[in-house]
Amino acid sequence: MEVINNLTKAFASQENPSSPLHEFQSDNWKTFAGLGLPAIKHEEWKYTRIRNAYADNLVIATNAQLIAATLSAHQLPGTDHANRIVFLNGRYQAGLSSFQDDSASLVVKPLETAAGDEDAEFVNLHLGHSQKYHPDGINALNAAFAAGGVYIRVNKGKSLNQPVVIYHFTDSSNGYAFSQPRILVNAAEASAASIMETYVNIGGGESLTNEVIEICAAQDAVLHYVKIQNEGAKSSHSGTSHIRQLGKCLTHAVTLTLSGKLVRNNLNMVMEAEHGESHMYGLYLLNGDTLADNHTIVDNAMPHCFSNELYKGILDEQSTGVFNGKIFVRKDAQKTNAYQSNKNILLGDHASANTKPQLEIFADDVKCSHGCTIGKLDEDALFYLKARGISEQKAKALLLHAFAIDILDQIQHEAIREYADKLISERLSFDF
Amino acid sequence: MLKIENLQARIEEKEILKGINLEIKPGEIHAIMGPNGSGKSTLASVLAGREDYEVTGGSVDFLGKDLLEMSPEDRAKEGLFLAFQYPVEIPGVSTTNFIKTAVNEKRKYLGQEPLDAAQFLKTMKEKMKLVEIDQSLLSRSLNEGFSGGEKKRNEIFQMAMLEPKLAILDETDSGLDIDALRIVANGVNQLRSKDNAFLVVTHYQRLLDYIVPDFVHVLYKGKIVRSGTKELALELEEKGYDFIKAELEKETV
Repeated sequence: MEVINNLTKAFASQENPSSPLHEFQSDNWKTFAGLGLPAIKHEEWKYTRIRNAYADNLVIATNAQLIAATLSAHQLPGTDHANRIVFLNGRYQAGLSSFQDDSASLVVKPLETAAGDEDAEFVNLHLGHSQKYHPDGINALNAAFAAGGVYIRVNKGKSLNQPVVIYHFTDSSNGYAFSQPRILVNAAEASAASIMETYVNIGGGESLTNEVIEICAAQDAVLHYVKIQNEGAKSSHSGTSHIRQLGKCLTHAVTLTLSGKLVRNNLNMVMEAEHGESHMYGLYLLNGDTLADNHTIVDNAMPHCFSNELYKGILDEQSTGVFNGKIFVRKDAQKTNAYQSNKNILLGDHASANTKPQLEIFADDVKCSHGCTIGKLDEDALFYLKARGISEQKAKALLLHAFAIDILDQIQHEAIREYADKLISERLSFDF
Repeated sequence: MLKIENLQARIEEKEILKGINLEIKPGEIHAIMGPNGSGKSTLASVLAGREDYEVTGGSVDFLGKDLLEMSPEDRAKEGLFLAFQYPVEIPGVSTTNFIKTAVNEKRKYLGQEPLDAAQFLKTMKEKMKLVEIDQSLLSRSLNEGFSGGEKKRNEIFQMAMLEPKLAILDETDSGLDIDALRIVANGVNQLRSKDNAFLVVTHYQRLLDYIVPDFVHVLYKGKIVRSGTKELALELEEKGYDFIKAELEKETV
């Protein structure tokens, strides 16, 4: 495969034996070389032909430039005062990033720097932890290019005043562009932060992003994470958001997928301390040929943890939604409360939803529930609205918006929530 | 206002309405009574345009237009209103926004300017008094977690807001205690005028103590088998539906 040769060349050209990440990267390159790209015969990739995204014309771009005007044109509304982290073609751009919270609260630096300074111990301990849950080729491939990544530390006892918004730009003007962002977050003890990610394909061509973000939340931390995907029909994505609770803390994630070609999101909540609480919410509103695949894992290793998960899908035209929700309750994780629900509405005659709850429970005193639905809009509700003079189209928009709203309500940041609501309302032609 | 001629309808393969004839003039209140399964609710649903039912014969003229040719939403905008027997709970849709949309869709259809926020609020406050409904209820999701009585009051409130020409109340009394029944009936009576009409579908006579009908019809096995004045309702209450059944059997022998 030409793409493998190109990746091999790209890896070799960026190899830097003096980098503190060198060993990590070359080990992972070997892993990738051994595993290759996931195939659909692999249960985890059954519905998602990720290999198709790794086409031979994939360009591993390096020297692109981003101008400030492009940046501001794609800024999320209401985030003028947010901390801003910018990636271009998978590489952290310190010069384009800006911070409102002071360095006593928030420290952001290249991952490569962090791997060689006072944060080295943390990096060594936690970088690559997601691989335990996703021992596949593309996780390793991302790791092999980790030197372009970023390290984010929220200091002990500090609450960030502003969210951290991470913009991932991929410049596809020179062909099918490939980005591999890597992020490691250290949310220290009793810190509070909100981290958001959004993706922009500039240049009008095709793009592929293969991302890994690993977040460690320490004792008493509160961590909100929002991922907004609306890159357009030419952009594919595979990403792992790996959230690890090192102590009793609260972690909360919302994933919105509004467009894309082939989208795969892995979201992990690894609950390693007693009394942890985690929330996972997702909404995929798809049309055209978009495939969005959400694989989630909640791993309960210790007793008395609580997790709640709700994913909703609205699937129009020929789009496909995939949901796989794993919940592990380990032997010691007594008194676990874990809830999971996935609801899908099929609008298009050729749309499809594949949903699979997967609970593996090794403790005997736990409360776990799961449920999934795939259906059409409620005919009784539709008739009720129409019987009040509301047109069929408007009634449908109203019901779909109502279906989506409880996921949107989970976005804590008001401006982002309103922005997401606006995007969804526009898509549903919902004007209330 | 409404002229139903030989209306027949079925659901799947089951014939339910087997030739209904009924004429309602402006200013009138008609009551349709009948035992369970006689087709009362089917008639209400067919008139409102529920698609589960297939009209197999007959005609319905509403204000000079062919009602059966109209979509449910156009029927509503032309001035037909169905108060549902089982109002649907719709989480995530605010009651106030829903009613505002409905009111303005109707106004648009009639070539009127939409109500602005202030006008809408003013109208809403007036009508809220009428059906003794609380603001807190209207700020909640549509019917979600409402008690039976609250749902029915919300139906009457919507009716008040939409000012229909013909309102069909489908067993609005079912599940209501006497206070709620009085409130609902009171709302209807205040909305009554020489220009509008009501079709009250009920199993029991007790609602008719509060909403006094001009005409009472008895529906049985998909046909109107008796029509009369309010005394007919009293007779039914006293003798029960078996009395009608027995009489009909005598006639057919």
